[in-house]
Amino acid sequence: MAGVNLSGIVKAYGALQVVHGIDLDVAEKEFVVLVGPSGCGKSTTLRMIAGLEEITDGDLMIDGRRMNRVAPKDRDVAMVFQNYALYPHLNVADNMAFGLRIRKMPKDEIKTTIDDVAEILGLTPYLDRRPADLSGGQRQRVAMGRAIVRHPKVFLFDEPLSNLDAKLRTQMRAEIKRLHNRLGVTSVYVTHDQVEAMTLADRIVVMNDGRIEQIGTPMELFNHPANTFVAGFLGSPPMNQMKGTLTETGARVGDAEIAINGSVAAHAGRDVIVGIRPEHVTLKAESASSTLPINLDLVEPLGSEALLHARHGEDHLVFKADTNGDITHLQGVSAVHVPHHLVKLFDAETGRALNVGG
Amino acid sequence: MANTSTNPSAAVGRTKASSLSAAVPRIILYTVLVLFCIYYLLPLYVMVVNSLKPLEEITAGGMMALPNEWTIAPWGSAWSTAQIGVDATGLRPYFVNSLVMVIPAVALSTILGALNGYVLTKWAFRGSTLLFGLLLFGCFIPFQMVLIPMARILGLTGLAGSVPGLVFVHLVYGIGFSTLYFRNYYAAFPTELVRAAQIDGAGFFTIFWRILLPSSGPIAVVCIIWQFTNIWNDFLFGASFSDFDSQPMTVALNNLVQSSTGVKEYNVHFAGAIMAALPTLLVYIVAGRYFVRGLMAGSVKG
Repeated sequence: MAGVNLSGIVKAYGALQVVHGIDLDVAEKEFVVLVGPSGCGKSTTLRMIAGLEEITDGDLMIDGRRMNRVAPKDRDVAMVFQNYALYPHLNVADNMAFGLRIRKMPKDEIKTTIDDVAEILGLTPYLDRRPADLSGGQRQRVAMGRAIVRHPKVFLFDEPLSNLDAKLRTQMRAEIKRLHNRLGVTSVYVTHDQVEAMTLADRIVVMNDGRIEQIGTPMELFNHPANTFVAGFLGSPPMNQMKGTLTETGARVGDAEIAINGSVAAHAGRDVIVGIRPEHVTLKAESASSTLPINLDLVEPLGSEALLHARHGEDHLVFKADTNGDITHLQGVSAVHVPHHLVKLFDAETGRALNVGG
Repeated sequence: MANTSTNPSAAVGRTKASSLSAAVPRIILYTVLVLFCIYYLLPLYVMVVNSLKPLEEITAGGMMALPNEWTIAPWGSAWSTAQIGVDATGLRPYFVNSLVMVIPAVALSTILGALNGYVLTKWAFRGSTLLFGLLLFGCFIPFQMVLIPMARILGLTGLAGSVPGLVFVHLVYGIGFSTLYFRNYYAAFPTELVRAAQIDGAGFFTIFWRILLPSSGPIAVVCIIWQFTNIWNDFLFGASFSDFDSQPMTVALNNLVQSSTGVKEYNVHFAGAIMAALPTLLVYIVAGRYFVRGLMAGSVKG
């Protein structure tokens, strides 16, 4: 039952409070990703779990045991750092063995453990090399190996892929996912990259400004963002957000009327933010969709699809459209069509999602 | 230049001329450098040459001349029979005193400086910057200012007039510098490595011994050279805080040269002076390469 439970976790540096009471339960074998913009407190939270930062207030439990005042080495966690943090004077095998030797594991056991893990990570040919003689991806693998050999209760990842180039990042991302499926160790992973969060996580925790905005599976968060922050953070490009006013049947946005499923008549006149995902619009009018007239600024071809940068009144919008191998038919677009059931509404003041049923 | 002069093309003349004009500043530069070199090496030459002559040749004049009759007797005399103060012991016992003083003083101040640097950069605490500032301030206090307080402390602790007392004085004075070196060096050492080792289960000293020290070679060499040179060459503390039987080499050399009785044996004095300078010279020759490299690393990154 090696779960991690945070309740009311607070971090303050003197009078400056940076994490404002976080509640989070990570189940055993679960892969949870903390995601948010830089300075949102996600790394601080991770470092509190690791024991590298003191917890100002609240309770941290690992495997049912309160860990607030336990030294990092006794928490049975392993951490992978952003800049790898490999010991420069030790070769790959010694880097991985460091923690085991300190824990006085017998020599032959260390050797078999390291050989096994090196095999899993494809590091066997590099065991006697120094970190300086390895590529970025190999170093990252050694850092993971160092964590894996310890058989910890919890893996902590602190933006482990952000120092790698784009191609390698995609590869390593898949590798981490595969490793987790194979080893099944409870993991907490911090990143600012929403793609990493979406692809890796069992559950995503979106953080902003020292608070949790929303917790849920990737698809829950994508389909039902709790507020405009989450809506604007997940998805690439993020959800379009336009100011509007509720009417009897939907929302008025500038000169356009966006109809929605569900009844909003009771709220008519209320100021809202209308959210539309870039990939949800169609170029041809379909049944149960509203027309949104736009002024097209720019077409960015990505290959199979293209990004349409456009304006509607004051709002800058981005939409996705299929190219079908050609973008000329996209140049003259003057309106997109928004399916009723895919429109999201948020309160204009609080930014919270409005549940209008339907 | 060698390449261009073997080039058989039509432009040989021009190439030669241009390579010649490029070489002129270089020739001037090297001439000047060689002259400076000779100028600076001249005293060493005088010392070596005169330490290998009988005394009559020196008193007869001709300091610059090579010996007519080569002899190593002055070296033997300076080492084991020359009159130092009241005893005819030569410099040997004082050379031993200096070694017994310098080795623990250098080792301890270097290790403590490294520990200080480690704590100040990786385990910073409230007020650690102030503490470092005070240590730094200690580097700039002139020797003369601490003489009397130090004498009082040595008297109170019973270390006055002994080699351990000198070790203590040099240790206290050296910690400021060694801390400065190591702090600046460790400031550039990635803190994540310390955190990783913490999570791996290493404690305070394990991290120091197994993670930081193995990467501290260059700065340790800098620190050792600096401390060794200063402590070995120190005269003031040695003259102030030692007894006859705990005098370091520098004080003994002074007593040898300044002795007011008998004939001044210049050849013996020269030999003694070279002996006193030899250990620092050796340290520089052996480790000088690291000195320059380490100084750069410490200063640029810090």
